[in-house]
Amino acid sequence: MQNDNYQKLAEFIRAHKQQKGALMPVLQEAQNLFGCVPLDVQEIIADGLGVSLSEVYGVATFYSQFSLKPKGKYICGVCLGTACYVKGSQKVLDELLSELNITVGDTTQDGLFTVDATRCLGACGLAPVMMINDEVYGRLTPEEIPEIIAKYRAS
Amino acid sequence: MELFRAHVLVCGGTGCSSSGSGELIRRFEEQIAKQGLDKEVKVVRTGCFGLCEAGPVVIVYPEGTFYSRIRPDDVDEIVSEHLLKGRIVQHLVYKEKSKEEHLSLDNIDFYRSQMRLALRNCGVIDPESIDEYIAFDGYKALAKVLTEMSPQQVIDEVLRSGLRGRGGAGFPTGKKWQFAAASQAEQKYMVCNADEGDPGAFMDRSVLEGDPHAVLEAMAIGGYAIGASEGYIYVRAEYPIAVKRLQIAIEQAREYGLLGKNIFDSGFDFDVYIRLGAGAFVCGEETALMHSIEGGRGEPKPKPPFPAVRGLFDKPTNINNVETLANIPQIILKGADWFSSIGTENSKGTKVFALGGKINNTGLVEVPMGTPLREIIYNIGGGIPGGKKFKAVQTGGPSGGCIPAEQLDIAIDYDSLTAIGSMMGSGGMIVMDEDNCMVDIARFFLDFTVDESCGKCTPCRIGTKRMLEILERIVEGKGEEGDIEKLESLAKNIKATALCGLGQTAPNPVLSTLKYFRSEYEAHIREKRCPAHHCQKLLNYEITDKCRGCTACARICPVGAITGNVKEQHHIDITKCIKCGSCIEKCRFGAIVKN
Repeated sequence: MQNDNYQKLAEFIRAHKQQKGALMPVLQEAQNLFGCVPLDVQEIIADGLGVSLSEVYGVATFYSQFSLKPKGKYICGVCLGTACYVKGSQKVLDELLSELNITVGDTTQDGLFTVDATRCLGACGLAPVMMINDEVYGRLTPEEIPEIIAKYRAS
Repeated sequence: MELFRAHVLVCGGTGCSSSGSGELIRRFEEQIAKQGLDKEVKVVRTGCFGLCEAGPVVIVYPEGTFYSRIRPDDVDEIVSEHLLKGRIVQHLVYKEKSKEEHLSLDNIDFYRSQMRLALRNCGVIDPESIDEYIAFDGYKALAKVLTEMSPQQVIDEVLRSGLRGRGGAGFPTGKKWQFAAASQAEQKYMVCNADEGDPGAFMDRSVLEGDPHAVLEAMAIGGYAIGASEGYIYVRAEYPIAVKRLQIAIEQAREYGLLGKNIFDSGFDFDVYIRLGAGAFVCGEETALMHSIEGGRGEPKPKPPFPAVRGLFDKPTNINNVETLANIPQIILKGADWFSSIGTENSKGTKVFALGGKINNTGLVEVPMGTPLREIIYNIGGGIPGGKKFKAVQTGGPSGGCIPAEQLDIAIDYDSLTAIGSMMGSGGMIVMDEDNCMVDIARFFLDFTVDESCGKCTPCRIGTKRMLEILERIVEGKGEEGDIEKLESLAKNIKATALCGLGQTAPNPVLSTLKYFRSEYEAHIREKRCPAHHCQKLLNYEITDKCRGCTACARICPVGAITGNVKEQHHIDITKCIKCGSCIEKCRFGAIVKN
């Protein structure tokens, strides 16, 4: 599986090497494949595209969508866009953090949950909003959090 | 083309998709087939209808019946009653709070004073079908431009229309095109800025999701005008539906020969490529955006040279925002005179606003420039929920400001907003009521800017951080005399010296709240009091004479701050109280209040 991903990445690099500005699409592919871009993956990208490792690292750490560490199985993103914030998403986030006993950006020890405070998800009509992977939870109250988390723990 | 006697339009925008419109479409198709109506009724997944509050939204034509908050179980009833027997399902029809009932789109207050130009096809056509776009005059403007007009004529038409950039700064679009056209180079680029980063703004996403071909057509027109053969769309990766529909649209346009070589046999070549963002707000700034497309860190650079001279891959480049582009085909088709007849003296056409926060009808609205703010908030937006009092509306995102109730009657355009210390920005409008603390809102935006500052220039990297630290102290009750003056002086310096738009406008939320809500800052600093009862650390809990002495609060208090005898009024020792709020939740008599 992991070997597969390395091979897929190498193919992607070969296919995009000639393209102008290839580093971003390649990093995005690596993030998709591995769930993060650790140093060894960055080295492969640097070699493959013929750019320096420092350049790859510089770009990888600039954008919030690339992470150097693996994330949990369920990524909970609580929207802290303005519309959600004025409707109380901070309280939703606080409840989630206390339920999981971690801080923003961290992953629970069992590797199940990562909590992110995200930028506007654009679903302002449903504020306050939380996403767990691709599932959207809208018009949330802090009281609903324990039940939602329990559902994922059980699955 | 097949003809149907009825159409079921289901909103497939992000808001409605999030609340399950995909499942509704499956259910409609299944039920319609089951009733044998599949030759008579067509189900269409459209872009955003705008009234996200009522989502998921379903509209049935020819009646134009507007069904709101539809659950999968409601579908069977709509099919068997409305579509089969022609009886409108009244209890599922959208109702306005003040009125008895409504049947069709035309008589809903939310839509009545709107004028949809940029959003004209959103919620009307299937965005994944190029044929439907063409049926609504799609690519007709491109044909006109390529067969009847010279590049200079196109630029003149856009100049005369008075169209200004919808992404924030409001620079005249025609002038931008003129500059890029004037640069001599073998290769030029046309770029669409779809990196919609302002929290609470989602008009660009809705255009891309609801009418992607309009953006492609406009890019080709712009490419012809400035002499570019390649275009890039830089779109947020957080918008998966928009990205997918753009990809489909590009493939369809290539297949129809509307992108690619020798379009309309005119000898003009143009193609479009998508680049995804990776979560950096500063990439909405044009020079940062170009660095990102080039595969680098999204850091801005000083101007000049302007992109029109040296931009993407060091070639002359023209960058326009999505909503700006969505206006172009109609300006070409209906003419500059028509467009400039809409709006105000210096702001022509319409503007899309994303209404959010403490307002009844959250969603997207498009109104002529010059529409009074009050009209947008109360008539279209339906006012403030829960009988609360309007306090302010925040426009322009992290670069904008808060507009207080006294200014509700201003006619909205670029200049009027700037004059009162806010800005148009991309058109986010977040409404706040009496429960929102304006100092905390200023802190919220500074927190955003500090996090998103790219770190390249000192005023933005360090200056905004210092401002945030002061604001954090104030909301925690540690504010000192002189803090307001320090904030003002920092703000002035950052505005004057930061490298790019992000830094130059970052102090605006603080300055505008200081201008209109200075007394709230003073209450926090001098009296250690939050007038909106929002800032936790500034609240004092008190037990009133409603207390029956049940002792529940004293038992739940984690720090033993509550004392009192059974059946007697209890008391909170505020020096021990940690303001956790457990006692309020526990009290069955509503005897504990925050002051």
